[in-house]
Amino acid sequence: MLRLIVQRLLLLIPLLLGLSVLLFAWVRALPGGPATALLGERATPEAIARINTLYGFDQPIPVQYLKYLTRLLQGDFGVSTRTGRPVLDEFMTRFPATIELTVVALVIAIGIGIPLGYIAARRAGSFIDHSSVVASLIGVTVPVFFLAFILKYIFAVELGWFPSTGRQDPTMVATHPTNFYVLDGLLTGEWDAAWDALVHLILPGIALGSIPLAIVTRMTRAAVSEVQNADYVRTARAKGIKPARLRGEHILRNSMLPVLTTIGLQVGLLLSGAVLTETVFAFAGIGSFLAEAVFNADYPVMQGFVLMIAIVYALVNLLVDVSYGLIDPRLRRQQ
Amino acid sequence: MSDTADQKTPGTAPDAAPATAAATAPATAPDTVPDSVPDAVPDSVPDAVPDDVVLRVEDLCVDFRTENGAARAVSNASLTVKRGQTVAIVGESGSGKTTLAMAVLGLLASNGSVAEGHIWFKDEDLGHVSAQRMAQLRGTELGLVPQDPMTNLDPIMRIGQQIDEGLIDNGLRSRRDARTRTVELLDEVGLPDAGRRASQYPHEFSGGMRQRALIAMGLSGRPALLVADEPTSALDVTVQRGILDQLAGLTEDLGTAVLLITHDLGLAAERADVVVVMYHGEIVEQGPARQVLTAPQHEYTKRLMAAAPSLASRRIEIARERGLEDVLDDALLAPGEDAAANGAPDADVLVSVKDVSKVFSIRGSGLLSRSRDFTAVDGVSLDIPRGSTVAVVGESGSGKSTLARMILDIEKPTTGSITFDGGLVGAGGHKDQIAYRRRVQPVFQDPYSSLDPLYSVFRAIEEPLRAHSYGDVAKRRARVEELADQVALSKSQLQRFPAELSGGQRQRVAIARALALSPELVVCDEAVSALDVVVQAQILQLLAGLQEELGLTYLFITHDLAVVRQIADRVLVMQEGRVVEEGTVDTVFDSPATDYTRALLDAIPGRDLELAL
Repeated sequence: MLRLIVQRLLLLIPLLLGLSVLLFAWVRALPGGPATALLGERATPEAIARINTLYGFDQPIPVQYLKYLTRLLQGDFGVSTRTGRPVLDEFMTRFPATIELTVVALVIAIGIGIPLGYIAARRAGSFIDHSSVVASLIGVTVPVFFLAFILKYIFAVELGWFPSTGRQDPTMVATHPTNFYVLDGLLTGEWDAAWDALVHLILPGIALGSIPLAIVTRMTRAAVSEVQNADYVRTARAKGIKPARLRGEHILRNSMLPVLTTIGLQVGLLLSGAVLTETVFAFAGIGSFLAEAVFNADYPVMQGFVLMIAIVYALVNLLVDVSYGLIDPRLRRQQ
Repeated sequence: MSDTADQKTPGTAPDAAPATAAATAPATAPDTVPDSVPDAVPDSVPDAVPDDVVLRVEDLCVDFRTENGAARAVSNASLTVKRGQTVAIVGESGSGKTTLAMAVLGLLASNGSVAEGHIWFKDEDLGHVSAQRMAQLRGTELGLVPQDPMTNLDPIMRIGQQIDEGLIDNGLRSRRDARTRTVELLDEVGLPDAGRRASQYPHEFSGGMRQRALIAMGLSGRPALLVADEPTSALDVTVQRGILDQLAGLTEDLGTAVLLITHDLGLAAERADVVVVMYHGEIVEQGPARQVLTAPQHEYTKRLMAAAPSLASRRIEIARERGLEDVLDDALLAPGEDAAANGAPDADVLVSVKDVSKVFSIRGSGLLSRSRDFTAVDGVSLDIPRGSTVAVVGESGSGKSTLARMILDIEKPTTGSITFDGGLVGAGGHKDQIAYRRRVQPVFQDPYSSLDPLYSVFRAIEEPLRAHSYGDVAKRRARVEELADQVALSKSQLQRFPAELSGGQRQRVAIARALALSPELVVCDEAVSALDVVVQAQILQLLAGLQEELGLTYLFITHDLAVVRQIADRVLVMQEGRVVEEGTVDTVFDSPATDYTRALLDAIPGRDLELAL
């Protein structure tokens, strides 16, 4: 297990190095070079020359890359050209919001997807089975932003059950020690603030969770269908064990192996899907900030955020692999 | 086989008497057992339901719902199992033997159901009790030892826990005491170091150890009836014997009745009191084991007997059989000529393996542990004369398959050399390799997984022709049809897909595919191991016929000595990568020189039966 973790962490190094090269090359390859990107297309040649000297864009490419890499290692991801604040600070203030949203989306996907997929497989051919298949097809095919608009229109604008935008009611007076708004409310005892933040997460959470929900449902259904016909399940029945134990210990646990892998892959999609969902709901997470950075040609933010999302993604998948080993003893020794 | 049939001596009569009663009991049962039997006290029918009858199946019919309506898998089956008795149900796959057993346990697949008849277990009809009652009986009164130890244990649960849970749920032990009992049970089935083993996972167990754990599991509730569904067919022969001895010893001590499901007539003969032969869902014959085997009444039983490799004594003499059938003189002459050619010193050695070794390096398991070497094949030499059959025998892990892979040029030897028809194998470039592949073809073990499920039979056989750019479309078609004819596949079968074929038919396809490029050497790696005995005999006949017709040379890799006797001229016995014995089949079988060979021979089920009869 330790070996697996160390191995995977070591693998992260070449991955991040490769990514940093790509991100570095990307900005250098922009038309007009990074100075034009920074100052806009109508910048005077003098201004461009000044910026080039200031930021060292006139130096040889390898030297520039090494400097870029050194700054990265020191935690310096550059400064946002739009807000003038360090990219790392921008990321850290917004990341908790996206984590909250991702967690809600995952809770919806796992909390509904696994039971639904399980029931569908156990009652193959039933109404529940057929409707889950149809619903999950719809879930996968409907674009996230479209679903987000529909949800917002019906439940926020028309029915008024949920707030339509933001992380918290602007009139709410609340302190934010961690920037996880729901957690903040709970920590400080500001119950109304916690509740308000949670309510703000529901619609974006459903929109963001729709695709993972559909995929987790289908994956669970397929895995349970297979496992429930496995020889060892029949043997377990022949032992005369209680149905609850058969379902929980044998069928469900074995079915979770492929589902877990799927969930790990979904986390990456959730992070990128957050761009659309957060924009629709004006939710102040990394997704909406990244979208704004794209509109404003804020390259340091784009570079830094992509790199950090990649690190998060790799770490989440490492976590999934480790938990895989916890469930499946066969993987503990081999990997 | 005729000699066994002749020996229908009076000596077997005493054994026959009691079991004949058992066999005839079902016939009288419907009259004497009223429908209301669950209510009736045993005293009211003292003769029909003797106390020592554990299971009585009466006119049982089992149906499976399919898209084309109900399919009957078992029809009108009747049999009786008494306390302490072992009753074997023998038949090919698809004969309904496993379905019958699963009906008894209430473990039919969800689309299966008891359509008619009764399954009397003590005084309950298992065909008609509630699911709850059935679940109560399983694990306490009814036990199961399943077929494949590799797939019948939950891979992610510790062995001990898998036995504990049965003990706890059946109320036999408390949560706290269960493990102590589990260790006792594992100890009882001969698992060494049971206490430590109990906390291991299935993948840390060998096949034989897993099967022992499954036996411990099946007997953990001290059932009155144990269903053993092919309990050893997935294991090596030497392991098989130990496990069967253990099972027999335990059930005898505990007085457990055993319903043994098997396709192996030799095993049934050796282990059962009563043999029940099933064919196409019906019981075609039943009676005391000896009686059924010495004087089979039904046509199918006779076929099964004739095909059983463990009971057959000689190599298939295809020419002689043909001679009897066709009265063709030249067919009679052919093998004599072959033998003469083979007899000539160094006449024509097709393959020569000289002092070949293969070393694999195995990755270490710890964080910093280094890889270590594993010698799979250790200094093996052998010659395969053209037109002959050489068999390499050994258990799994003996290195026999690695040897075959080296001869097929799939693996390279670490040291030593292999020459084929005078040329060094694996010495040339890519082109030489392709040319070599034309001359040497494999037939692999599992006909279910070695054919592409999306390729029709025609395409599967045509593929090597295409790959080696053989002729045009019409010429290839003609060749495929010729090949199909050689392996006795009909033209209509060429358009089918593997899923629509039986195991035997698939193996015919695999053989046709192998023969497509007119190879000189065919390497059969456990080519008949996955087949039923009757089909196995047919395929071996086919191979023998093709050898004579096409002058093929065979290298037969197998763990089954009985098969060797039917097909091979020479045999090599391998153990742990080394050849421990080599000789003609007759020499090795009649006077084995090493203990290992003797153990392998002794492990063939039903071997001493020939002597006893």
